[in-house]
Amino acid sequence: MTQVLDPPVRRTPLVSGAERTARRKAVLEWIAVHALGVAAALFFTLPFVFVFLTSLMSDTQALSRDLIPHTWEWGNYRKVFDTPGFLTWWRNTLLYAGLGTALTVVSSIPVAYALAKFRFRGRSLSLMLVISMMMLPPQVVVIPMYLFWAKQLDLSGTLWPLIVPMAFGDAFSIFLLRQFLLTIPNEYLDAARVDGCGDLRTLLRVVLPMAKPGIAAVALFQFFYAWNDYFGPQIYASESPGAWTLSYGLESFKGVHHTDWNLTMAATVLVMAPVILVFFFAQKAFVEGVTLTGVKG
Amino acid sequence: MSTVTLASKRRRSALRTLAFLSPWLIGFAVFFAYPLISTVYFSFMHYDGFRPPTWSGGKNWAYVFEHYPLFWPALRNTLWLVLVMVTLRVVFGLGVGLLITKIKTGTGVFRTLFYLPYLAPPVAATMAFAFLLNPGTGPVNSLLEKTGLPAPSWFNDPAWSKPALTLLALWGVGDLMVIFMAALLDVPAEQYEAAELDGASAWQRFRYVTLPNISPIVMFAVVTGVIQTMQYYTQPLIAGKVASGVIQGAGTQFEPGYPDKSTLTLPQLVYNLGFQRFDYGSACVVALVLFALSMAFTALLMRRRGGLLKAGD
Repeated sequence: MTQVLDPPVRRTPLVSGAERTARRKAVLEWIAVHALGVAAALFFTLPFVFVFLTSLMSDTQALSRDLIPHTWEWGNYRKVFDTPGFLTWWRNTLLYAGLGTALTVVSSIPVAYALAKFRFRGRSLSLMLVISMMMLPPQVVVIPMYLFWAKQLDLSGTLWPLIVPMAFGDAFSIFLLRQFLLTIPNEYLDAARVDGCGDLRTLLRVVLPMAKPGIAAVALFQFFYAWNDYFGPQIYASESPGAWTLSYGLESFKGVHHTDWNLTMAATVLVMAPVILVFFFAQKAFVEGVTLTGVKG
Repeated sequence: MSTVTLASKRRRSALRTLAFLSPWLIGFAVFFAYPLISTVYFSFMHYDGFRPPTWSGGKNWAYVFEHYPLFWPALRNTLWLVLVMVTLRVVFGLGVGLLITKIKTGTGVFRTLFYLPYLAPPVAATMAFAFLLNPGTGPVNSLLEKTGLPAPSWFNDPAWSKPALTLLALWGVGDLMVIFMAALLDVPAEQYEAAELDGASAWQRFRYVTLPNISPIVMFAVVTGVIQTMQYYTQPLIAGKVASGVIQGAGTQFEPGYPDKSTLTLPQLVYNLGFQRFDYGSACVVALVLFALSMAFTALLMRRRGGLLKAGD
């Protein structure tokens, strides 16, 4: 690349030797980088491809070493849906992820707003505590929490011990929203105040519309968190299959269909697909919001 | 008169702050402070969930550190994961981040493909890898044997189970890729130009321009990686369960760590002690060890990255 910077001494109609080597070098670099890119892309995508192909194999072929299905058994997906409980797991997952996300967003916004824009004693202490909560493994407090939900409130065997806490702010969401709200200039808030807006009205009318991309990001993360959660349902819902979620039920699916890799992989695809679809739909709103506000990821 | 209005104004503003913070204040008290204190309390009690708890002094602590057969293996595994998995993930994430900044054709497609595995739900991703790497009919070993390479037993071999988990973690490196990509694009172009004029080689430009600029992000990735390792639960548990062939809910209890304790991590011990052995006191001891380790690294993170706590105005 150094040669590119050397100014050609004299402009000749013929391409100079230095220029030619520079161009050849650039082409070679392009090829090397993109070859590496394709290799990396294979590493990242082949697992999906093999899982998908196996999900379409017949029962007997799934036990062989074949990579490509001889017959395409789309009926495998039907069989997965017909498995007792599978639709219940879907419903429970949507309840946990949907309601949990809504509660998290509503309860975290005012907290994040106060931490970002109010001046008060103990603000940096509060922020430190939020970060500590964010980094806390859920297993640290699970024994007293389980005793609380199961023995005091008799709510084990349901997903409520996982959903109700989300009405009281989630540390990660508070932190992320606060970082986003910091980027909103104080002038907007001052202007609203001059116009006679109270704090709540300022938050609802001025701040929220500007914070949409941040809220979308938080909602997305929280939805994925609930969708992926295994530990929570394992602790609170394991005893009653009627309360299982997809992430929790998927593993029992493997237990029941002990050697049927094809059905297990079909179920795996069905657990992965919604998350990836949500990402594709939300990605645009995501990027749009990020560029609109000029905040770099 | 003016002092009175000032005082009432201040009180109003304090009330306003309290009102906005109230969801989290309740959450903090009920879901953090109370259970944390309670965990400390139970760590000194003998409690099986049926008979009322009785004082047991330091017995739980002595049991966990001296007699509980799973504690030290889990701690050793955690150290292995911190040294190998976290390091490889940071190096690989930086490599993929560098690669994506160099790719000029189809950048968006490549970026999405590289990022997608990170989104795969952990249970599903682990099941997928348990299938891909299964020694009998898995496609990976089929390909390895066809090319004459050694085909290890992955999740069924204590020596290969953690490397297999590392492979799974490298597959989901998308989060680090995005962080490093943003950091790499932020390095001032003038510095590269100046280095090039000085005749610096590609390696020298990386070593003396790129690395110093992104070192805070590397540090951030390492420390958050260590904190995530403290929470590492679902992947090793599912990998062990699926590879061992234990059927859930069939009355059999899965002793975590298959094969031969090689996939044990600290969070699994809390589950094993509390919900399989019904020894809540000892479970709380492990929980507190986990707490101390997590908070130590969180403190490091907050000190190293002052930006995390930057004031809001």
